[in-house]
Amino acid sequence: MSYFAFLTEHGPTMLLGTVTTIKVLICATILYVIISLIFGLMRLSKNPIIQGTATVYIEFFRGTSLLVQLFWFYYVLPFFGLTLEAFTAGVVAIGMNFGAYGAEIVRGGVLAVPKGQWEGAFALNFTPAKRMRKIIIPQIFPIILPPAANLTVELLKATALVALVTVVDLTFEAKQINSITWLSAQCFGTALLIYYIISRFFLVPFLRWLEVLAARKVGKEIK
Amino acid sequence: MNAEWRWDFAIEILPQMLLATLNTILAAGIGYAIAAIVGLLFLLGQRTPIKIVNIINREIVEFIRSTPLLIQLFFVYFVLPQFGITLSAWVCGMITIGLHFGTYLSEVYRGALEGVPKTQWEACRALNFSTFYTYRKIVLPQAFPIAIPGMGNYLVGIFKDTPLLSTIGVAELFHAATAVGGYHYRYLEPYTIVGLIFLMLSIPAAIWIRKIEKNVNLAQGKIKKEQL
Repeated sequence: MSYFAFLTEHGPTMLLGTVTTIKVLICATILYVIISLIFGLMRLSKNPIIQGTATVYIEFFRGTSLLVQLFWFYYVLPFFGLTLEAFTAGVVAIGMNFGAYGAEIVRGGVLAVPKGQWEGAFALNFTPAKRMRKIIIPQIFPIILPPAANLTVELLKATALVALVTVVDLTFEAKQINSITWLSAQCFGTALLIYYIISRFFLVPFLRWLEVLAARKVGKEIK
Repeated sequence: MNAEWRWDFAIEILPQMLLATLNTILAAGIGYAIAAIVGLLFLLGQRTPIKIVNIINREIVEFIRSTPLLIQLFFVYFVLPQFGITLSAWVCGMITIGLHFGTYLSEVYRGALEGVPKTQWEACRALNFSTFYTYRKIVLPQAFPIAIPGMGNYLVGIFKDTPLLSTIGVAELFHAATAVGGYHYRYLEPYTIVGLIFLMLSIPAAIWIRKIEKNVNLAQGKIKKEQL
């Protein structure tokens, strides 16, 4: 069977899987961004309970494998009476795992804001909340976006794992088609290509655009 | 199904899990060794003065880096037999992990080499050292400490990605947990134990790496003792 015939027959199925992959990507990205911001700031808190919670969370999720977490969410949580749908379990596991990595980036970003900005806000008698919201947070984005972009590409790759908890995404479809046709080179090759295209021509340019946007917001210009 | 944690069951399966942990550590170790060498090859490809090699090398690295390890595993495991090369799951897994993380390690190496100040090169040129001698005596000893933290991080990274090997049937820790769970129809204890074992291994490793990183930064004078 020629590659073209393979594409006309199985291409639509793979595209359907791709849509699911993109859905997982978007949902998990939103979740991980929120979690990183919250836990990254909690990590910087002076209150030992808040800081301790964030540290335990971050170390726990960075210390164990994403696949283990994913299976734990999907197969073990039902024992506690909390049954998640495969899609939800996948998004939550990926979001929480990457949130832990992202929190460290946010922490680094806040610490990298020049000291003069903190002192300036202090001199102007801003409340700590206002100082954070109006002065510090807007400035962390140009700092955290480049590492966050790398992390988001990692996240795209990690979405492949949700196939193992029966989410019908691109990887799942590729596996399925492989087990029907045994045209392994074609189906896994196509899947690899699709991931590559999403990453190289959509995700990375978009993140790059965000970086430029964020840098411009604080008056920096990057090439 | 009940949510009760059964200690007797957990203790019963523990020896089996610990045994499988050895396999996981072995897989991570071999995978890392291959990745370290593959990383050097990619680094060579990147630094050769032949332009076309550079471009091809960059595209390959870019492709491997932006596609999921899971599908790469499937690709190697299922496609190679079509070309008459039948490898065991272990070998396939090790090759794929080596290739995948080799691309990351080549970036670490590159960063480390570029981290050596240009003046060092110029000084060697002035002293009429050969390129080989410059690398061996001047550049590499300075680049290596810079590379250590990154290399350590990817060692932990590989360790955390070894559960993926279970999908092609490598009998490591996660595979054992799934097998035990399926046999007794109890997933609570096996998966929790897996998580705990991972935590117990990767947190000390991370702390250790952080310590090395600090020492390296101290030795290079990037941070001062008071800043710690």
